[in-house]
Amino acid sequence: MATTKHTLVALVEDKPGVLNRMASLFRRRSFNIESIAVGHSEIPHLSRMTIVVDGATTMVEQVRKQLDKVIDVVRVSDISGDDIIARELALIKVRTTPSTRSEIMQIVDIFRANIVDVGSDSVTVEVTGDEDKINSLFNLLRGFGINELARTGRIAMSRGGSSPLQVEKESASTRRRKQKG
Amino acid sequence: MKMTGAQIICECLVREGVDVIFGILGGAILPLYDTLPQYPQLRHILVRHEQCAAHAADGYARATEKVGVCFATSGPGATNLVTGIANAYLDSSPMVAITGQVARPFIGKDAFQEVDITGITLPITKHNYLALDAASLARTVKEAFYLARSGRPGPVLIDVPRDVFIEEAEFHYPDKINLPGYKPTLQGHPTQIKKAAKLINEARQPAIIAGRGVILSRAYTELKQLAETAQIPVITTLLGIGCFPESHILSFGMLGMHGMAYANMAVSAADVIVAIGMRFDDRATASVSGFAPHARIIHIDIDPAEIGKNVPVDVPIVGDIKVVLNELNKQITLTKHIDWLGQLNDWQKKHPSTAIRDSQGLLPQFVVRKIYEVTKGEATIVTGVGQNQMWAAQHYCYDKPNSLISSGGLGTMGFGLPAAIGVKIGCPDNIVWCIDGDGSFQMTLQELATITQEKAAVKIAIIDNGYLGMVRQWQELFYGKRYVATPLSGPDYVKVAEAYGIPGLRVKHKEEVVPAIEQAMAEPGPFLIDFVVEPEENVYPMVRPGAALSELIEDPAARAQVLSDSAKLPASNISA
Repeated sequence: MATTKHTLVALVEDKPGVLNRMASLFRRRSFNIESIAVGHSEIPHLSRMTIVVDGATTMVEQVRKQLDKVIDVVRVSDISGDDIIARELALIKVRTTPSTRSEIMQIVDIFRANIVDVGSDSVTVEVTGDEDKINSLFNLLRGFGINELARTGRIAMSRGGSSPLQVEKESASTRRRKQKG
Repeated sequence: MKMTGAQIICECLVREGVDVIFGILGGAILPLYDTLPQYPQLRHILVRHEQCAAHAADGYARATEKVGVCFATSGPGATNLVTGIANAYLDSSPMVAITGQVARPFIGKDAFQEVDITGITLPITKHNYLALDAASLARTVKEAFYLARSGRPGPVLIDVPRDVFIEEAEFHYPDKINLPGYKPTLQGHPTQIKKAAKLINEARQPAIIAGRGVILSRAYTELKQLAETAQIPVITTLLGIGCFPESHILSFGMLGMHGMAYANMAVSAADVIVAIGMRFDDRATASVSGFAPHARIIHIDIDPAEIGKNVPVDVPIVGDIKVVLNELNKQITLTKHIDWLGQLNDWQKKHPSTAIRDSQGLLPQFVVRKIYEVTKGEATIVTGVGQNQMWAAQHYCYDKPNSLISSGGLGTMGFGLPAAIGVKIGCPDNIVWCIDGDGSFQMTLQELATITQEKAAVKIAIIDNGYLGMVRQWQELFYGKRYVATPLSGPDYVKVAEAYGIPGLRVKHKEEVVPAIEQAMAEPGPFLIDFVVEPEENVYPMVRPGAALSELIEDPAARAQVLSDSAKLPASNISA
């Protein structure tokens, strides 16, 4: 079956085990999760996840529905077909010599990336962008020798005012306050 | 008011209307058991293996339509529950399992009898909890019961460390549930219902396939109204048996791998299928590509994840069956399908899948039929898994709502006896027959002790063919008759029963069948009958694995008899 890359975004309760519950649904179907990024959302006590998987559309839709059944998952949406902004951040530690350093800095400038750390024989580059941009920069820097690469994986959002994950923010956050108090 | 964690759990159980708990204790859960005497309204049934605690709670839940509750201790107690929990999960049975866990300081240290039961049961529970403090227990238990019984029901597990049972906390029973990630859809979408009504009203050869969702939603009258108004034949899944009276003129039995020939033919010829509270299991659909090739499919289910999972659907309706059918019925016009129903009746006459051929030997089908006749269809039948289950499904006529309790999705051998105990404890006025195979029965027969201790008047019919019969049938038909590991010896079941204080009989001949069943019925307590049947009898009709529903194999011997004997044809599904 033909597979395509899918971007799923989810709002989940910030509780132990949520990631496990979600990952388990992918594992069961032998889906490889290409990237997963988790962090706070605009609603207190709800985290936002961006999951990128490669799979047949019908299978991914099946997993999406199963994810939606996980009690701690408040909303989940496949935004692959939408007009989205997708970004990723990478840290790349590149080997330098006195003769290559300026060339590296030029490349970094062209990509509007930043050098965030400098050592005697390396620089660490921070770059933000879509996967293609990061791949291109990585490929250019590879010739100098890469010591380390760390990528966050994709985070994504639909363009425009609407949100595919709109929830009644009131109920979600008041509930948590009550529990705490 | 301050209470211990154990007291908080018991208070919650009482408030949730729990009256029976099935379980076995152990070190980690001992504080909870120690509290039980303070709550005499909670009756504890001691089983002999935790798997059976879960099965009994499952049987109890199915029969009473309440949440079944089971207890087990940490480690092996909890892992023994796993099969029973998975069974409840696959058949959407509402259950709350409470397991003891090692004390909080020991968690994650491979302590004695420690196992990560929330991790293990993650894919087989609707939800599970590790209760880390007594203060959150009340909310946790309340949520667990709500989750177990609402929406698509299922099992929920709460793992409670030993020291949380002892910890004191203020007891507040929450009056509200707030689960932002859980909002089951009950109302069907009006546009979809309208589309469905139009399809049904315009159908020429419609068929209803009804599943366990109808029973769970108690939509018996709504289903009947739909079928009768639009004159649609009703076919059920295995677990749908008991959602529509089988002697009804519109009932055409069960579909699937061992479904009635005419039911499978009807589904294969239908132009509109109304699938209600069923999930297109592969045992029901057979080959998906050959399933209902001419039909547009309306699928009504409370679980959106079931829509389009196995079979593409034309009109999906997510909602509670009772609510949706109520709305749908308002838009259904009175219809007659004289030709179509005539065709079905003709198929039924030519392919009477419930006919039992004449035989010198004792046929298992004959035994089931006689249990039906002697109990006048009043019993609740609980089955094991395998041939016994299929014969019990085929040859008993289920007119009473919810009168067949069987392990469908997981197909758990050994389910019958413990589930029957749960049914009898939950519905003491019901006549409960456990129709089991000798293989299935031997998996959980230790529960005879529970029957004796609890004086549960379960009647047990062992269909004893000395084989793991369903697998033997596959070996006969698809593996060149190589009967590897299927011949099965067993104890003298009558003596075993006697050893547990249960009267019993062995039956080898046809003429002894009815007197034996009558004797069992006359006995106020439990009774066991070992029916020594034809060892190599097969379950027919059968659809080969991978074949379409329409490509079914019928009993060659019975076919021959039917063709030569067409004058004595039965008028209803059930014929002697």
